[in-house]
Amino acid sequence: MRAETALKGRSFINALDLSPEEYEALFRLAEEIRHRPGDFAEACKGKLLATLFFEPSTRTRLSFEAAMLRLGGQVLSVADPQTSSVAKGESLADTIRTVAGYADLIVIRHPKEGAAQLAARYSPVPVINGGDGAREHPTQTLTDLYTIRTLKGRLSHLTVAFCGDLRYGRTVHSLLRALCRYPGIRFFLISPEELRLPEPLREELQAQGIAYHEMEQMEEALPQADVLYMTRVQKERFFNEEDYLRLRDFYVLTPERLQLLRGDALVMHPLPRVTEIAYAVDSDPRAVYFQQARLGMYARMALIASLLGVV
Amino acid sequence: MLRVDPIQEGIVLDHIKAGLGMRIFQELGLAEKGLPVALLMNVPSTKLGRKDMIKITGVLDLDLTKLGLLDPGITVNYIRGGAVVRKVKPGLPERVVGLIRCRNPRCITSTETYVVPEFVLVNPAAKEYRCSFCGERLRV
Repeated sequence: MRAETALKGRSFINALDLSPEEYEALFRLAEEIRHRPGDFAEACKGKLLATLFFEPSTRTRLSFEAAMLRLGGQVLSVADPQTSSVAKGESLADTIRTVAGYADLIVIRHPKEGAAQLAARYSPVPVINGGDGAREHPTQTLTDLYTIRTLKGRLSHLTVAFCGDLRYGRTVHSLLRALCRYPGIRFFLISPEELRLPEPLREELQAQGIAYHEMEQMEEALPQADVLYMTRVQKERFFNEEDYLRLRDFYVLTPERLQLLRGDALVMHPLPRVTEIAYAVDSDPRAVYFQQARLGMYARMALIASLLGVV
Repeated sequence: MLRVDPIQEGIVLDHIKAGLGMRIFQELGLAEKGLPVALLMNVPSTKLGRKDMIKITGVLDLDLTKLGLLDPGITVNYIRGGAVVRKVKPGLPERVVGLIRCRNPRCITSTETYVVPEFVLVNPAAKEYRCSFCGERLRV
């Protein structure tokens, strides 16, 4: 059985729900779709994807919707929970069971941690976690891994520097855990004290014997990094406006700092950016974040097709 | 020394950490069961120095998961005809469903209150559990 066939009917809630082999199968399928899109233009004909976004998102939602439409499927969307029955006090479990009666696949983004897990328990159709609070964003991990594998040619023996909000940045947590499963990985963790990687995650790294170095300045890490993963300090994760403003501009990747980076390194970012990457950096060939966003769409196409079992 | 007669039919909760007996008595709702019960506190113990004990006469369905969570060192002795017929050490349960709530205010179980909370043991030495929904760690 093809590995992607084995994904049929499953949900994708945490980045580690898929084995490295299953990721690899998705990457291969994503490559096929990217190079021969016409062959897959009707793969999801007659299928419906519901996108339930209880938290603002443009990129992730559009990426999923574009992915489904390019596969020939159709999309039902709740973009604003204030206009839905949730505003009337409906439970998440009831919303999910109702929507599952209409759609073949559900993508959910929710501000509460564990919401997608809950949705998957109540849903008879596969659920994809489109981000749950500060916890997980597994399809961003899928996107990130696919980008690194495509542009670096490998996922092992890499030095990855994460920079910015490592405390609340769910994309960082998911990617870090997923990368730990490949040999020869080491990390630079660049953040202010207040936004350090959470202790349980640091303990996980230690328990697995993964080499990591924490630092407040990015200059030391840049010459050694294969991948520089920048993150946004997310306003919605702060209770206090003052703290947000103080930490927002802590790290900015400028053309001067970019010079410290190796010629074959990648600058990645889950987007949207605010101030952390200067616009002057965008034209540098190492700045691959918009390419990353596009690759993410192909990765999601591969995921949708696999969970629906149409490939 | 204070003595309580051996029981013929029932359950003896032994090796309760000194000071925890009253809490376990309350958590098991023993005052409301209508069974003869003796709670002994600060009993000399060769193993623990001091311990608490609870002797229950009669048949009672005990929640061993809850007991293990309250005091993993506890021993449950089932008595028939004045003799111990079964001895159980519940220890820390691997999975706890419904007994504790997640303290993470961002956890989905904090708002979707119909959901039965679920925890998985991740670090027995630290008595640490992880919420199956949000991943938050909790020491019991």
